[in-house]
Amino acid sequence: MYDVIIVGSGAGGGMATKVLADAGLKIAVVEAGPYFDPAAPEQRTQLKWPYESPRRGASNRRPFGDFDSAYGGWDIEGEPYTQKDDTRFDWFRSRMLGGRTNHWGRISLRFGERDFKHKSYDGHGDDWPIGYEDVKPYYDKVDKLIGVFGSKENFENEPNGFFLPPPKPRLHELFYIKGARKSNIPVIPSRMSMLTKKINDDRGICFYCGQCSRACSVYADFSSGTCLIFPAQKNGGQIDLFTNAMVREVTTNTEGKATGVSYINKEDRKEYKLKGRVVVLAASACSSARILLNSKSEQHPNGLGNSSDHVGKYLHDSTGASRSAFIPELMNRDTYNEDGVGGMHVYTPWWGDNKKLNFPRGYHIEVWGGLGMPSYGFGFNPNDLNRFFNQKVGGYGNSLRSDIKKYYGSTIGMAGRGESIAMKDNYCEIDPTTVDAFGIPVLRFNYKWSEYEVNQAKHMNDTFEEIVHNMGGTLLQNAPSKESNYGLENPGRIIHEVGTTRMGNDPATSVVNKFQQLHDVDNVFIVDAGPFVSQADKNPTWTILALSWRASDYIIEQLKQQNI
Amino acid sequence: MDRRDSLKSMFLGSLGTGLMLSGCTTDIAPPDPQIAKAADNYFGRTPEELKLIEELNEDQFFNTHEMETLETLCALILPANENYGSATDAGVPAFIEFIVKDMPYYQTPIRGGLMWLDHTANTKFNAEFKETPEGNQKIILDSIAYPNRDKPGWEQPLEIQFFTTMRNLTMTGYYTSKMGLEDLGYKGNQPNIWDGVPEEVLQKHGVSYDPEWIKKCINQDERGVIAEWDEDGNLLT
Ligand SMILES: Cc1cc2nc3c(=O)[nH]c(=O)nc-3n(C[C@H](O)[C@H](O)[C@H](O)COP(=O)(O)OP(=O)(O)OC[C@H]3O[C@@H](n4cnc5c(N)ncnc54)[C@H](O)[C@@H]3O)c2cc1C
Ligand code: SF4
Repeated sequence: MYDVIIVGSGAGGGMATKVLADAGLKIAVVEAGPYFDPAAPEQRTQLKWPYESPRRGASNRRPFGDFDSAYGGWDIEGEPYTQKDDTRFDWFRSRMLGGRTNHWGRISLRFGERDFKHKSYDGHGDDWPIGYEDVKPYYDKVDKLIGVFGSKENFENEPNGFFLPPPKPRLHELFYIKGARKSNIPVIPSRMSMLTKKINDDRGICFYCGQCSRACSVYADFSSGTCLIFPAQKNGGQIDLFTNAMVREVTTNTEGKATGVSYINKEDRKEYKLKGRVVVLAASACSSARILLNSKSEQHPNGLGNSSDHVGKYLHDSTGASRSAFIPELMNRDTYNEDGVGGMHVYTPWWGDNKKLNFPRGYHIEVWGGLGMPSYGFGFNPNDLNRFFNQKVGGYGNSLRSDIKKYYGSTIGMAGRGESIAMKDNYCEIDPTTVDAFGIPVLRFNYKWSEYEVNQAKHMNDTFEEIVHNMGGTLLQNAPSKESNYGLENPGRIIHEVGTTRMGNDPATSVVNKFQQLHDVDNVFIVDAGPFVSQADKNPTWTILALSWRASDYIIEQLKQQNI
Repeated sequence: MDRRDSLKSMFLGSLGTGLMLSGCTTDIAPPDPQIAKAADNYFGRTPEELKLIEELNEDQFFNTHEMETLETLCALILPANENYGSATDAGVPAFIEFIVKDMPYYQTPIRGGLMWLDHTANTKFNAEFKETPEGNQKIILDSIAYPNRDKPGWEQPLEIQFFTTMRNLTMTGYYTSKMGLEDLGYKGNQPNIWDGVPEEVLQKHGVSYDPEWIKKCINQDERGVIAEWDEDGNLLT
């Protein structure tokens, strides 16, 4: 009998494991993927050279390239999902200890005051039942425990934190700063969870290899395994890790209370049960909704926690559109080690006033470019940029060598990541016609962007064009048309899916309360992004971590008071 | 000594004395050298991924004649210069052999394209492509190496598409090889302390650091000192 069973070991599950195990509770962590440690020689991809992969790092097998640490992707063999009507929802899953935190972008942003109360501000969507002041103490603790670099900017709706100092901008980032500022678009140092400075003796300091997507073997970037679960184990935590264990459902008793979970062991393909006093779901927003919907019983005929019929509803992802450009002033570069951290050193937070725009919510801009390490695809169309000088493209021979050097590092990319409005009509549900390889009914998605998101994508493109113009550059793609929704990516594509088990004070219109406890069953909690009422124009993970810590504190208190 | 130099000597010094393993706060923390060494035999594959690579390696797609033609072609696309070998010297034909098995959509266009080269050489010069003198080979390549700038790739004649593919794979194969990375001057993928763009590069490109911005950035001399803040989030250390 466990005190707490935690399903999933990503951001939410890792944080719950750390907080609950540190409090002395007996924990089972049930994870669908294998054990993963980026320091293990046979799993490490960091500092590998492109030629160590026979496909030179190509992305035909692992979706973000052969060296990316994700075990999973948009499609996983034996684990399908389906689409309703003409929906095209893309769902990225990783099956491994630490989940998607092994290879995420580490952009670690707090939500601001307005982000929790956006309905009061503009009438769209819903307010959260909690405010920034409820989460702030936990953001502070997450900053200090995990480490995030950034700078105090006192920027509206972009709260300060406990930051490590950021790294200096790269060359193309200086061009971006110049270009953006010309149009009064602000640029500030990035906020990301790599250790530019020591925070404790257990974790290494960043040595600037630019490869956080491969997961850091000295634990200098945040992954749930390396920064939460391993330290909790080291701390003497009573943690049983069940890996390759796919949870099917939460089991309940005749009173309707949760008694534990049932899972399929992928190795022998048999079903097992674990018993626990509390069940914490952290399988990621859609997976946790799926588990609830599949946990049907006499007491919970509509699925667990679903008396409101809201499980799966209000699914939403960030919006995204991107463009890239050629900057002639960045040609003919001297080379030096410009790897930096694994991601951008500067970014643009939302600066606009939506009351004056035809879309209600903002977006931030991410930037890329520089003297990166070649991998499959580098050198394709080596002198295509000649077209901008009205010169011949193509050819062969040693001139190609000079073409490559001439253009290496002369392109820059920008991506907008914006807030969409959560809508009840965008949802995931169980597809009664399809099961996965473990016999578990799968999810079916139903999702449509509204005019607001499309207008926002148009604005993103206009902004990119303006900044590129200011940089003296040329866009590499034509402006996307209205028919293509101005380049707005499919929902799911930005991998910030949230909202499927949203929190609220009213059990009729929400799934969990403000402590992320099911309204219907008091010993089941959800600590992934399911409880988000709205996904701000920030990336979600720092908020998942803070809220998971907050919910875990509440669990400890409730157990102490013998309320659950 | 400026900071960059002092960091460099610190790093080299610590490498030399094997200090990497110690918890010394000031040096760069690369992966534990034992882990790094043990990892030499791997590149982080799961057992299923390893099996797939082994299976692909068991097959041979191109026959000897095709492989030899590839060797000739890759060395024409990127020949040796005074400092570096050709794409063929850098092992590109073997890379292409692997890629066409891993990405089967390449198989027919490339195989067909190689036949087109032979057929053209036979017709024009009465010899296979690889046997005909370099001058003749170049006459053939000149007819397919320059796509029309204003047409998308898929509208170009097949032999031009074939050559574009070969140039792409040759260039990517070369620049992802050890030789090509060195040729390019790529300096990363190793422990480093990023302390900004070198001054001469800033000057060359006409930009500079804003002192206000730099004030916020990490002082690399203090990277090893454990962070502490006051209650307002101001860093004290
Ligand atoms: C390429 C990429 C870049 C990203 N960049 C950023 C970024 O810069 N900033 C940011 O904030 N966010 C980013 N994200 C999103 C971020 O990764 C997620 O928000 C975060 O990992 C979600 O945490 P989670 O705990 O909810 O789920 P996950 O991290 O997905 O973990 C869920 C875990 O549960 C397991 N699981 C699922 N179902 C079951 C089951 N039935 N039984 C047992 N176990 C199960 C999974 O195997 C997985 O390990 C990025 C994501 C990707 C893929
Ligand atoms: S950039 Fe820094 S934190 Fe990221 S993997 Fe490399 S050393 Fe680790």
